[in-house]
Amino acid sequence: MLVHSKGGRWAAWSLFGILFVPLFALPLLVVVAASFATRWSGAFPSGPTTANYASAVQGESLQALTTSLVTALAASLLALTAGTWAALAAAALGRRGKRVLDALFMLPVAVPSVVVGLAVLVAFSRPPLLLNGTSTIVVLAHAILVTAFAHQSVSAAIVRLDPAYEQAAASLGARPAYVLWRVRIPLLLPSLTAAAGLCFALSMGELSATMMLYPPDWMPLPVRIFTATDRGSLFGGSAVAVVLMATTLLVLLAVSRVRTRASYR
Amino acid sequence: MSGIRFDSVSVAYHGTTVLDSLDLTVEPGEVMALLGPSGSGKTTALRAVAGFVRPVSGRVLIGGRDVTALPPHKRGIGMVVQQYALFPHLRVEDNVAFGLRAQKAPRAGIPARVTEALEMTGMAAYARRYPRELSGGQQQRVAIARALAIRPGVLLLDEPLSALDAQLRSGMLAELARLHRELPDVSILYVTHDQVEALTLADRIAVMDRARLQDCGTPQQLYRAPRTEFTASFVGNANLLPVTVADAGAVFAGRPLDLDTGRAAPGATATLCVRPHLLGLGEGPNALRGTITEVQWRGSTHRLYVDVGGHRVKADLPELRETPALGDEVTLHFEPRDAVLLAAGVTDA
Repeated sequence: MLVHSKGGRWAAWSLFGILFVPLFALPLLVVVAASFATRWSGAFPSGPTTANYASAVQGESLQALTTSLVTALAASLLALTAGTWAALAAAALGRRGKRVLDALFMLPVAVPSVVVGLAVLVAFSRPPLLLNGTSTIVVLAHAILVTAFAHQSVSAAIVRLDPAYEQAAASLGARPAYVLWRVRIPLLLPSLTAAAGLCFALSMGELSATMMLYPPDWMPLPVRIFTATDRGSLFGGSAVAVVLMATTLLVLLAVSRVRTRASYR
Repeated sequence: MSGIRFDSVSVAYHGTTVLDSLDLTVEPGEVMALLGPSGSGKTTALRAVAGFVRPVSGRVLIGGRDVTALPPHKRGIGMVVQQYALFPHLRVEDNVAFGLRAQKAPRAGIPARVTEALEMTGMAAYARRYPRELSGGQQQRVAIARALAIRPGVLLLDEPLSALDAQLRSGMLAELARLHRELPDVSILYVTHDQVEALTLADRIAVMDRARLQDCGTPQQLYRAPRTEFTASFVGNANLLPVTVADAGAVFAGRPLDLDTGRAAPGATATLCVRPHLLGLGEGPNALRGTITEVQWRGSTHRLYVDVGGHRVKADLPELRETPALGDEVTLHFEPRDAVLLAAGVTDA
């Protein structure tokens, strides 16, 4: 909606300020402020220091960061592959089949992630598929949780894809596999990278299912932030949280750069 | 050399017949235009040749081979569609090479074939561009080059010019005619709703309406001697007037007309078909007297709508010095040989 009057514009901006500042900006600013502090007894934090960061980027915190990055990368690749595959299959299935498949893939989002965590834990805690206590189970749970988003955004893109491209390719003698790899996937690339970014960000921040599953040697960063603050180490936890935030944002930025290069029209 | 044959091909979507037992043969090297309004089944017929719709009955043959059950990529056809459908992520040269690579043509021969196809359409200078950097007309040339690069025996053109503006369209029409002269072995199936394109380009025209083939013949046959009212009005927008056949000639609006009635029995009702531009102003043989109800100035011509005994008659006259006024009484006439008598009710055939 376009706002033309001066008063209207002013009102719109102030409404935005009132909603955005306390809801989105302030909490994040508080975390950033806390991450540089040693005490916070008055209205503002005091005892400025960078020691929190020094410890946030080494030792166990660094290991947790690597764990998170590896987990998010593996989970989003898995989710992207499965979600894209399913979306392509659903498009070929016809209307009813597509609806069933879409509903199936939305299930992990509809179910609370704690429940998904518990389900994965129960399912893989005894042979033949004993994954409890391994890093694989964490990656698997993340993949299950984020596949829904990959599937949904890729299916939306497939619906928008003009069938004329595939048909032109087929008329030129291209087999279906050739059409998929040389025409459809390249045209879907912008959506695929967007989906990858979304999956990655969601996986980087996942806590509730991870809490139920993580083995001692595979502790992702959100869990570390939670345990740190739970033990009362609020400022150290804040610094780790800022590192998590910055890393995720950096990766998303990189992905969006790939995306702008991949969009053709 | 490969032609196309439709052998009573029917296509239906969700129970609606969109192509009703089409029988049509496109000879090798022939340009066949499928002409009809939207929803006439002409595009469906083309898509049945391409393999994008499966007939519910009948067979499609390309070069004598039954391809009805064959997937599109095994049919050896070139196709150009209205919206070009150039691959936006590939350069022009890679678009043109696409078919050759997909068919695993010998790698060494590909650049020469690409250059050849681009030169044929006058696009060689744009090989390194992306489709989005080209104008509509240029994109259409690349789409044609892409279809020709695989050297198809059959070229399917689905409204290839309708996305272009009028001036570009007539230029491309001449280009297509030239391409056909250079590639005399390629059979072309050309789908269009534009009669000018069909009349200009086609060796024969198949007129389609409501899922059925209405008429088929050379442009001259269809224009001068249409067999159905639909053909007469769709190709050349003829006047269709109800007449009663008399012993010698016919009666229209109570007045006798002198024309060749052929085998029509006296007393029968028939439809008189006469082209608007073959009507003359003033007294003459077969005079039609009436009142002007509308005048349109079209630059080189005046289009008059004249009410003759309750029937609306269109006449295209070379630009008149004095524009006639609404309500004027005028007389139109036509030569007996310029009229065609159609048996009434042929439209429903």
